[in-house]
Amino acid sequence: MTAAPQTVPVDKPDIDEASEFARPWVTIVHNDPVNLMSYVTWVFQQLFGYSRDKAELLMLDVHQKGRAVVSAGARERMEHDASRLHTYGLWATVDRQ
Amino acid sequence: MTIFRRVGAECVADFREDEVRVLRKVAEEVVGLLTDGFDREDPVVERLFPDVYPEDVKNSAEFRRFTEGDLKTAKIDQAGAVLAGLPEAGKGEVRLDRESAEAWLRAINDARLALGIRLELTDDTVVEYELEEALEQDAGSARVFQLSVYSYLGYLQESLLEAIIGAEFRR
Repeated sequence: MTAAPQTVPVDKPDIDEASEFARPWVTIVHNDPVNLMSYVTWVFQQLFGYSRDKAELLMLDVHQKGRAVVSAGARERMEHDASRLHTYGLWATVDRQ
Repeated sequence: MTIFRRVGAECVADFREDEVRVLRKVAEEVVGLLTDGFDREDPVVERLFPDVYPEDVKNSAEFRRFTEGDLKTAKIDQAGAVLAGLPEAGKGEVRLDRESAEAWLRAINDARLALGIRLELTDDTVVEYELEEALEQDAGSARVFQLSVYSYLGYLQESLLEAIIGAEFRR
């Protein structure tokens, strides 16, 4: 048996290259008692194009550690990411890395 | 309990009359929270519209000034997609294309978040136990109803997500 093909795997964090010179900003997703693990994984895949494996690891980080950095880059992009996550009901904040 | 299944490109479910009634009520309540009943001090609103800079009141307010309107519209639209997809009354079949199905997922999630706050659920809450306890105390209480709706919505959301993803990514 072989693993099912995956759509566009992204293995590195979604980093905006231009902003790497400055200390980049990050979008953080926090744990909450309501969101389904399967749903959170799916949202990470949808919004960031992450592979299922990467999305699942991030979800587990959120679940077990209480929070995880889901994207990094320019401040405006992070605010945009947080906003999109809020549309999906995830608890997202923006911070300096 | 009704679950969604995948039929071609659509997610399909046959809802009973009581399910249609509950889902309409839940979606209407979410719309109410976001329109006439919008109250920034309401913990549900705080959860649906989280501060993006928890330590920074000024920048959070600034961010909100630019984004709150759009986020509110998006959430009203997704609750509206549930109302538009359901029969007006009585039982009936619901067929959702990909876009509507995703709107439903987000709307069901908003409703669960709202109920989760009202029910004061925490990471340690086991909803089944809460429900048992509430049933013992008073089977006709609002808490029993809300907990039942909350579990039902979780079940429905999971089945809809499964139907959207399809067999492709299933383990």
